[in-house]
Amino acid sequence: MPSPMVQFNNVHKLYGAHAVLTDLSLSVSPGEKLALIGASGSGKTTILRILMTLETIQGGSIFVGGQPLWSPETAGLSPRRREMHLHKMRTNIGMVFQQFNLFPHMNVLRNVTLAPILTQGVKEADARALAMELLEMVGMAHKAHALPAELSGGQKQRAAIARALALKPKVMLFDEVTSALDPELVEEVLNVMRKLALETDMTMLLVTHEMSFARDFADRVLFLDGGRIVEEGPPGEIFRNPQQERTKLFLRKIVAAGLSL
Amino acid sequence: MLAPSQLVSYILPGVILTIELTVLGNLLAAGIAFTVGFARLSKSTWLRLSARIFTEFFRGTSMYVQLFWAYFVLPLFGLALTPFQAAVLVLGLNSGAYASEIVRGAMLALPREQLEACIALNLSRWQRLRRVLLPQALLLMIPPFSNSFVELLKSTSIVSLISLSDMTFRAQTMRTQTGNTAIPFLTILILYFALALFISKVMRALERRLTPKAA
Amino acid sequence: MSWDWAFAFQILPKLVEGLKFTVLASLLGSVLSMLIGLAIGIGRRWAGPTVASVLGYAVEFIRGTPLLVQLYFAFYILPDIGIYLSPLTAGLLALGIHYSSYTSEVFRAGIDNVDRGQWEAAKALNLSHFQTWRYVIVPEAVPPMVPALGNYVVSMFKETPLLSLVTIVEVMAQARIIANINYRYLEPITMVGVFFLVVSVPSAMALHFLERRYALGNRQSSHIAVF
Repeated sequence: MPSPMVQFNNVHKLYGAHAVLTDLSLSVSPGEKLALIGASGSGKTTILRILMTLETIQGGSIFVGGQPLWSPETAGLSPRRREMHLHKMRTNIGMVFQQFNLFPHMNVLRNVTLAPILTQGVKEADARALAMELLEMVGMAHKAHALPAELSGGQKQRAAIARALALKPKVMLFDEVTSALDPELVEEVLNVMRKLALETDMTMLLVTHEMSFARDFADRVLFLDGGRIVEEGPPGEIFRNPQQERTKLFLRKIVAAGLSL
Repeated sequence: MLAPSQLVSYILPGVILTIELTVLGNLLAAGIAFTVGFARLSKSTWLRLSARIFTEFFRGTSMYVQLFWAYFVLPLFGLALTPFQAAVLVLGLNSGAYASEIVRGAMLALPREQLEACIALNLSRWQRLRRVLLPQALLLMIPPFSNSFVELLKSTSIVSLISLSDMTFRAQTMRTQTGNTAIPFLTILILYFALALFISKVMRALERRLTPKAA
Repeated sequence: MSWDWAFAFQILPKLVEGLKFTVLASLLGSVLSMLIGLAIGIGRRWAGPTVASVLGYAVEFIRGTPLLVQLYFAFYILPDIGIYLSPLTAGLLALGIHYSSYTSEVFRAGIDNVDRGQWEAAKALNLSHFQTWRYVIVPEAVPPMVPALGNYVVSMFKETPLLSLVTIVEVMAQARIIANINYRYLEPITMVGVFFLVVSVPSAMALHFLERRYALGNRQSSHIAVF
């Protein structure tokens, strides 16, 4: 059993007085593809945002690649030291957002090369070569010089995936990456992710409402409700034979809404 | 009847002074706008509060009163300014106080998601500002700054109160010396408008240049 | 030079007298600017394209030239062409027209800001033209205009000292007269500054509060901690 790539130990997260995550523990192995499902407000997106250091936690500890991301020690750091620590930790983590969040004033190529050049000291020419390779992989090489405003939602999201990959993270976070897309554009993004899962050994955490995609893509599915893990297991078991009432209810609602499992 | 050469000799030196005041005043105003605007976004309560007091003070007292105060009262405290210095200072401070809101507003208008994308790409604080947030914010600032520059141009007309011979003062002199009212005032109205148009044309050209274009 | 309280109290009544003129001019000027501004706003929307574009250029011209020069224009040139106005009337007219170039934009933006869908919904509900205005457009358009118009009232208040240049003895003119007679600038000018501050700052705060309540569709993100 290899040591886990991502480890949450008894994590508590509050928004004011409202508990978003309660005593949450989970661990993700290197190379594992984990899908997080649940109703909105269940805390699944918060898990990704905490890993990306976009949110802080109020209790517990988190390790990435064996190193503490949040722990009692890091909580005691001065703001400056803490930023230095997080800066170091973020090199392992990449994230793709629901709303793409491309930089509108830069073309696609520049969006992809910016961070490697600025944060990893990659030479301009090397960064461009890597970016073109990645854009090729997501089928966006022909749009390298387009501005985000000129792209369709699916194209924007594929460019955003290339941008996140350019930093070569060990852990990739996908936060409802198809939710903002028109239905006919969903598949082109999912195809890129399937390819990514096959061709790389990155650890991936995926928040999604696309249940059939989660079933095909994930090694393990985690069902969250009210900030707690209700049930987890291989996708076949969770989707076909859920044990918990709340999981059954959630999946029934999904089916009733006309979405396939 | 007025000879055209007479009109030129009366008004032209005033035009030059008005332009000098507009350029220097606006440079000072822009510097103050960025300093104070960013101070108002600072984490430090002390900085935020002093920036707030600065803006409220200069926006709350009339520019006309400030001009008098700078010219007649400051010397009583041992700080004697020439009329030109007093005018540039008051124009710049007053306009800068208003324009600091432009800087602050543009930074706050950026979607929070842009900041989150910067964090996800591990950019440092300075890189976030320099590469992502500021280029987008600057573009948002151009139209309101264009208005602010024109407002300062218009405000320069009050400097005759502290004995500077700007365009308005020259027109007044011409009126009293030649007895002709319509021509001097119509002339400077048109000149002010032409300068205002020039400012907004330049700013629009700048906006076009800074707008990202696809290759 | 030190502050002389006795002198300050001695000149206070005179300054207050001037202040009455300042407040009166701001209020009348505001009413005038809003009436003219509303007329321009309506004209630019519903008159023919010629009238609309002429009004558009006029607004731009008035906005692009200084109030002071417009004041001189009203004061010196109108009599030349046979229009005799009292200084106060000429001053108010100039104030009103100058600021109408700002208020007309507020009215226009306020009306344009009402979502297109609202007009269509009113039509779908078979409301008459008048009913659409009375029950849908005006109630939606007016509240967000209030803080914007209020800001211009405060600006106008701060520009009223210009009226002293066309012989109207408002508070700043009073202060200058007192200063010239007594050779003391510190107290009168400072007191006028304080007067303006005392009126402007609370008004600005109240308007800011209204602005946040009726934000004109500008979605500002929560504080971006850049530094």
